[in-house]
Amino acid sequence: MSPVLAGVLQLLALTAALALAHVPLGNYLARVYSSPKHLRIEKWIYKSIGADPDTEMRWPAYLRGVLAFSLAGVLFLYLLQRLQGVLPGSLGFASIDPDQAFNTAASFVANTNWQSYYGEQAMGHVVQTAGLAVQNFVSAAVGIAVAVALVRGFARSRTGELGNFWADLVRGVVRVLVPIAAVGAVILVACGVIQNFSGIHEVGQFMGGTQEWNGGAVASQEVIKELGTNGGGYFNANSAHPFENPTPFTNLFEIFLILLIPVALTRTFGIMTGSVRQGYAILGTMAAIWAGFVALMMWTEFAHHGPALQAAGGAMEGKELRFGIGGSSLFAVTTTLTSTGAVDSFHSSYTGLGGGITMLGMMLGEIAPGGVGSGLYGMLVMAVVAVFIAGLMVGRTPEYLGKKIGTREIKFAACYILITPALVLVFTAAAMALPTPGDSMTNSGAHGFSEILYAYTSASNNNGSAFAGLNADTQWFNSTLGLAMLLGRFVPMVFVLALAGSLARQQPVPATAGTLRTEKPLFAGLLAGAVLIITGLTYFPALALGPLAEGLAA
Amino acid sequence: MNTDTQKHEDAMSTTTPARAPHDDAPSGQQPGQGRVGAGLFEPKQLVKSLPDAFRKLDPRVMAKSPVMFVVLVGSVLTTAFSVTEPGDWFGWTISAWLWLTVLFANLAEAVAEGRGKAQADTLRRAKTDTVARRADGTTVPGTGLTVGDLVVCEAGDVIPGDGDVVEGVASVDESAITGESAPVIRESGGDRSAVTGGTKVLSDRIVVRITTKPGETFIDRMINLVEGAARQKTPNEIALNILLASLTVVFLLACATLPPFADYAGTHLDMIVLVALLVCLIPTTIGALLSAIGIAGMDRLVQRNVLAMSGRAVEAAGDVSTLLLDKTGTITLGNRQAAEFVPVRGVTEAELADAAQLSSLADETPEGRSIVVLAKEKYGLRERHQGELVGAEWIGFTAQTRMSGVDADGRKVRKGAAGSVVAWVRERGGSGTEDADTAVERISAAGGTPLLVAVEDERGARVLGVVHLKDVVKQGMRERFDELRRMGIRTVMITGDNPLTAKAIADEAGVDDYLAEATPEDKMALIKREQAGGKLVAMTGDGTNDAPALAQADVGVAMNTGTSAAKEAGNMVDLDSNPTKLIEIVEIGKQLLITRGALTTFSIANDVAKYFAIIPALFAAVYPGLDKLNIMGLSSPDSAILSAVVFNALIILVLVPLALKGVRYRPTSADRMLRRNLGVYGLGGLVAPFIGIKLIDLIVSLIPGIG
Repeated sequence: MSPVLAGVLQLLALTAALALAHVPLGNYLARVYSSPKHLRIEKWIYKSIGADPDTEMRWPAYLRGVLAFSLAGVLFLYLLQRLQGVLPGSLGFASIDPDQAFNTAASFVANTNWQSYYGEQAMGHVVQTAGLAVQNFVSAAVGIAVAVALVRGFARSRTGELGNFWADLVRGVVRVLVPIAAVGAVILVACGVIQNFSGIHEVGQFMGGTQEWNGGAVASQEVIKELGTNGGGYFNANSAHPFENPTPFTNLFEIFLILLIPVALTRTFGIMTGSVRQGYAILGTMAAIWAGFVALMMWTEFAHHGPALQAAGGAMEGKELRFGIGGSSLFAVTTTLTSTGAVDSFHSSYTGLGGGITMLGMMLGEIAPGGVGSGLYGMLVMAVVAVFIAGLMVGRTPEYLGKKIGTREIKFAACYILITPALVLVFTAAAMALPTPGDSMTNSGAHGFSEILYAYTSASNNNGSAFAGLNADTQWFNSTLGLAMLLGRFVPMVFVLALAGSLARQQPVPATAGTLRTEKPLFAGLLAGAVLIITGLTYFPALALGPLAEGLAA
Repeated sequence: MNTDTQKHEDAMSTTTPARAPHDDAPSGQQPGQGRVGAGLFEPKQLVKSLPDAFRKLDPRVMAKSPVMFVVLVGSVLTTAFSVTEPGDWFGWTISAWLWLTVLFANLAEAVAEGRGKAQADTLRRAKTDTVARRADGTTVPGTGLTVGDLVVCEAGDVIPGDGDVVEGVASVDESAITGESAPVIRESGGDRSAVTGGTKVLSDRIVVRITTKPGETFIDRMINLVEGAARQKTPNEIALNILLASLTVVFLLACATLPPFADYAGTHLDMIVLVALLVCLIPTTIGALLSAIGIAGMDRLVQRNVLAMSGRAVEAAGDVSTLLLDKTGTITLGNRQAAEFVPVRGVTEAELADAAQLSSLADETPEGRSIVVLAKEKYGLRERHQGELVGAEWIGFTAQTRMSGVDADGRKVRKGAAGSVVAWVRERGGSGTEDADTAVERISAAGGTPLLVAVEDERGARVLGVVHLKDVVKQGMRERFDELRRMGIRTVMITGDNPLTAKAIADEAGVDDYLAEATPEDKMALIKREQAGGKLVAMTGDGTNDAPALAQADVGVAMNTGTSAAKEAGNMVDLDSNPTKLIEIVEIGKQLLITRGALTTFSIANDVAKYFAIIPALFAAVYPGLDKLNIMGLSSPDSAILSAVVFNALIILVLVPLALKGVRYRPTSADRMLRRNLGVYGLGGLVAPFIGIKLIDLIVSLIPGIG
């Protein structure tokens, strides 16, 4: 079978699996976040944290819950790393430096999972399991909770109430993430991913010399790493490591896990707002962008010139032989269009244009289909902007799902779309302008610039993947990237929740023949166009000096 | 505009009850103009408004539009930079075009305002100093009046202030406000009691109670409105401004962060180039035209003799999903028309028709004319002229007798209201017949108006039969309502008729619903019910009892002939008092929003091409691969940047007429409208600048030293 055909078949299998799985899961999620009943274990949790899961919260209260919980998470994770040296079960690793501990704490709480450390050489079992793995679950649940709050904003009327943050958080973990992760982990173990608490093994190499292999609870972390669009690998090589991702099947399965919840949430959105077709329109927009990116990526990677690359059947540098160009392209596009950041190949080694595609994917705001929760709310905010511009063209005050997009709504949406470009561009410019940060680059020229641009793009958009080559474990990068991750995660959430509150207060306007039909393909196309033009234009000059300069040079 | 909308227009113009009968079709519109989309634009206006455009360069004025303010700052920066390097022709050229960009934006606004100014001047002329004679004999200047003063106005006087007639009846020339020369009747009591300051009494004498303080009169408010002095940004305009401001910030960041990237790449970007890039990227097209679009939208209403008291109301008009339309005068012709002759036993229809026609010849009312017309159409009875019957004595229709007829050849024929005719017959010793009574009842029950026809000849006085007058639905109404339905607007007919009649007319006219035997309370309840479902409601009204409903409706259009209470309650006043205009108001509101959306889309889509012009120009020297992005094949980096800046400035000028006239609007579903506008302004906006910039580059490259 030719590698191109293999890539296409994988794409088709993935699409089919998602098409089948997202319906029941989307329906289930809608039930989870609408049900008035609590499980027994949930009641215990509410009691122990002193939360009343039945009080309805307005948006400021909901936001306070999100911020308080996340701040506690950052502090806990920071302390855990700083104290690693004195904690048992740490494989003898030392405590982490303050700047790196801050960076890692911010990274995992912000669902970014940027890693400026080498997993197997820095973090012991306690930090990995009690700290990082826990955040893998809860940071994902926070994202889903905020998305659900926004969906309630559309669905509800004449109330400011958006649900209860604690209930949404706990249900996300208990009823969604843990059960799916448990099943997924078993499947991964069955396919060869390791799951143990053994220490470090010294193994002899074929060519002489020795190599250290870590054991660990890899499968359980691997599954939530993908399912919660986290991306922080147990090993530094992330999903390229055979203990994390041993076969082409696990590769495809991990991609499936990444896309599963973001895709299913579009159906949940449709059900909760009373129109499944509205969910399909959002899903269609996401799918169109994703498929377009996959096609572009496969084209640029397969078509690469040069005798060595031609002999290999394409740009194989930095890619695993067992995944090939097809599987790697699929993974790279998926991980950058969601806020995952797990990698099974090295984005830095992609062709110039291929590297640009991974960056553009993140720059779009990771909304196709995006991170768990964050993808949906990001796309809905873009939909609000698209509706506002296009809605005017049908001669009415723009409405989306019966809610008018007025001054307040557009103010929140406009602030939302400002945040990440501001973070990416300002931090990148500062790094380029200052004398020392540039020393971290491995490469010179356009590729070196791409390393830094990629780092801030990844951090601000909460992706977490890295354009290998940049030495990010410096005080400058640990601090600025940490800040970018926190601001890039939580400031947008403020505007999303404010928008949700504003929408929930409105009285819905009934749809008529004069209303913009947002469930139609025309609107989905328009939305995709708006996403590409508005966010694409913001980064065009920066991209031109990095990946475009490199990719067009040949 | 297409001719068939014009046809509807003609079919729907209507007389208003308060007007003299000869005063047909009160329309300020020129033939050939479309329903929406009017507004002449002459290049001369550009030149005339130039001084105003310069005056608007004041930073305090510019700050109102964030996008153009950035361009202004950019122009200042590039000019300052050029001063430090006077030999740099490129810097000077870019600076000049940036100033032109700002100027074009101001020009667009000035032209839009200029049209209102002309109208305001006409109004000011009406506001000459008047001397008011109080009822107690004292005189005060018009500006010294207080609310509650009673003033006397006689023929030739200009009414000194807004008020209600409390005594007398007079014909008043309101042309100063409405532009309509035919006088109107104002009388104490009832719905025709309001008079407006600045209008002129033509005959008789009235006593007016002043209801408005000097300086706040209708004419003052009109002047403010048309001049734009009272113009506030509408909610949607504010929202759009926020979005444009945030896009401006995004592009500001994209440009401001570029120098360190460029320095790393090994090229230096100077201020001129950065500002040029910024100005090309920020949405200047819509930013420049936004306020002109708003002013022109209000102006389009003014041109149709509608005064909107707030821009908010104009926007709301576009959102309306329920229209309440009064039956009489809006859906049906104001006057009932003869539809049928019902003879009593022993009389043929032809005989009745003959008598009815004869007795109606002296009746100049529309009802009377319609009987003559029906007789001719149905029975081929030639219209006889009064002179043909020698020695005939014609009796015209009067409100007192409520009958008309003729005495000739020893035969007396009468036609008129049932009561009057029966009394006439009884006086002459005749009696009514049961046949006639039955017919009268039947016609009344069906909502029609029965007229009796009687004769007195050698066989004595007797009733011949009944003429059935009924409401006639205006031509083209059904098509108009179908259009509204496609636009997603529901029409509800309001009538005092009984439900049966109402249903018959509603079916015939094709309205979606009707409210029969409607009282003002019913109307109010209907509006509230619709609004509770999230719908926006528009209605017209003129009576004092309409005032609460007018105030409750999202768009309340008061007729200028109406009471001051009604005019105060509504948020628009139609100077022509033409209720059908509500439909046009809705369309103008929609057109205003569409124009904004279309130009915003166009403006943003334009950026793509500008990047393809400027980015290779800036960086192809250090990264030769980027020259592949120069798909337009522009001749040199300088020429590419200059061409983009020139295109960016000129496109504003090119689009000024569109901003003033509004995007072409045709009533159709949202889907089709979106598809069309996306095609024209979205795709067009992507493609147009590629062509425009290339053409400008071809010209620019001819200049020696650039190409």
